[in-house]
Formats: sequence, structure tokens, C-alpha cells
Amino acid sequence: MSFVLYILAALTVAGGLAAVLLKNTVHCALALTVAFAGLALLFLELDAQFAGFAQILIYIGAVAILVVFAILLTRGSETPKGSAYSHSPLVGLVIAACVFAVLGWAVLHSTAQLPPGTTSATPTVTVADIGNALMTRYVLPLEIVALLLTAALIGAVIVAMHEKEGSR
Amino acid sequence: MTPLSGYLLVAALLFAIGLAGALTRRNAILVLIGIELMLNAANLNLIAFWRYGPHPEALTGMMFAIFSIAVAAAEAAVGLGLVIQIHRHAQTTDLDAINRMKG
Repeated sequence: MSFVLYILAALTVAGGLAAVLLKNTVHCALALTVAFAGLALLFLELDAQFAGFAQILIYIGAVAILVVFAILLTRGSETPKGSAYSHSPLVGLVIAACVFAVLGWAVLHSTAQLPPGTTSATPTVTVADIGNALMTRYVLPLEIVALLLTAALIGAVIVAMHEKEGSR
Repeated sequence: MTPLSGYLLVAALLFAIGLAGALTRRNAILVLIGIELMLNAANLNLIAFWRYGPHPEALTGMMFAIFSIAVAAAEAAVGLGLVIQIHRHAQTTDLDAINRMKG
């Protein structure tokens, strides 16, 4: 556990907590961006440069902007008059706490060991290697993802398209 | 504590935060934000196992994470499109107020 990991973990968790707890939805979206940035930095700390920069481009550049657009289009920036939480928030909190307890217990008490010979040496993986793997071994998943993205794009446009008056 | 378990704990905490948000918030967009946080926590696990696993040069975990990011982006686009359409239809994004399946 290095010092950098503590800082990045604190930043990410604080961003996540703020995204979940804040009352104003626009503030939530901004906190979500902080959490995404912290995650991208964690990826970079793990020597996964490509995944880190992809995280910045896709999540901060696209998903966060999309969330802000949705908030503004649905006038969600108005702080709700009543409670921001559902009528039984305690149940959700208990479920989440139980999940964290189980996951944390499993991580800390796991007897599984990494195979011997695994060093923590920095893996020498370049973006060119990733591109080669994408075009050779992983070319079928790549094509499927391309199809999925096209379908999602068309589907999202159709779902969100204005209905003509009288067509209902 | 090994570095790997440190990352796994951060991911578990982030997953629990996202789950709590998805289960307790009333605004549909904030529920989607919670789901995004959970997906990202899973990605952090994948990258951490890739980094500390025996064969990082095989790129398996990295590829899984990259495809997972792409699928999460598609999910976000469709989910937010649905939220916008629900708001247009019901004039609210309050999930407690949307209690009819019949339009």
C-alpha cells in the first residue's frame, strides 16, 4: 500500500460518496466526474495507461456529459421538495453494508495465493500490443462491441425521439 | 496487506456506495449514477487482477476491462434516453411516483 494509493482511494471514495449523498443532482454529476477521474488515476497507478486514458475519454468526456444533459433535459436540477431518498432507505443501506462486509471479509481473509513467480514488476505492455491483440485474438469481441454500440446509438435515438402529436 | 487487496478493498467500497445509491435514491438519473459507480468498481477489480496476475502480457484482464467500458457507455446512453422519455411521458423522474406500467 503506497501513499499514492491512499490519496487516490480517498479521492475516488469521496467522489463516489458525494455523488450518492448530495441533494442537488448537478452537484451529484460533478462529484461523479471526480470519482471517474480518481478511478482513471488508479488505472494509471496500476500501469494500465490505455485503460486510464480510455476511462478519461469515455467516462469524463462522454458519460458525465450525457448525465448532465439528461439532468438538464429532465429539469432534475431543481432540488426536490421532499426527501431525496426513497421511503425505505434503511433497507438499501443495510443491503449495501452487508455486501461490503462480505466482499471485505472475502478479500482480507482469502487464503488464495498468487502463483509463485509472479513479481510485481511493471508489465511492459504498450498501446501497440493492445492494438495487435484487438485485431488478432480479440477481433470477434471487437466486432460484436461495434455492433452493440451501433444498436445502442440507434436505440437511444429512437427511444428519446420526440413523438409526433396524435401518434399516441 | 498486499497492494492487490488494497485495490480490491477500494473497489468493494465503491461498489457498496454505488449499490446504496442505486437502492436509496428517488431520482432515476441518480440511480443510473449508482449503477455506473458499480460498473466502474468492477473495472477496477479487472485491472488490478490484470496487473498483479501471473501473465499480464496476455492482456486478458485489460481487454475485459476495455470491453466492459464500451458496454457501460452503451448502457449509459440507452438508460439516459429511457429516463428522458419517461420524464416526457410522466413529467417526473421520481421513481416512487412512477408506479404504473400502463401508459
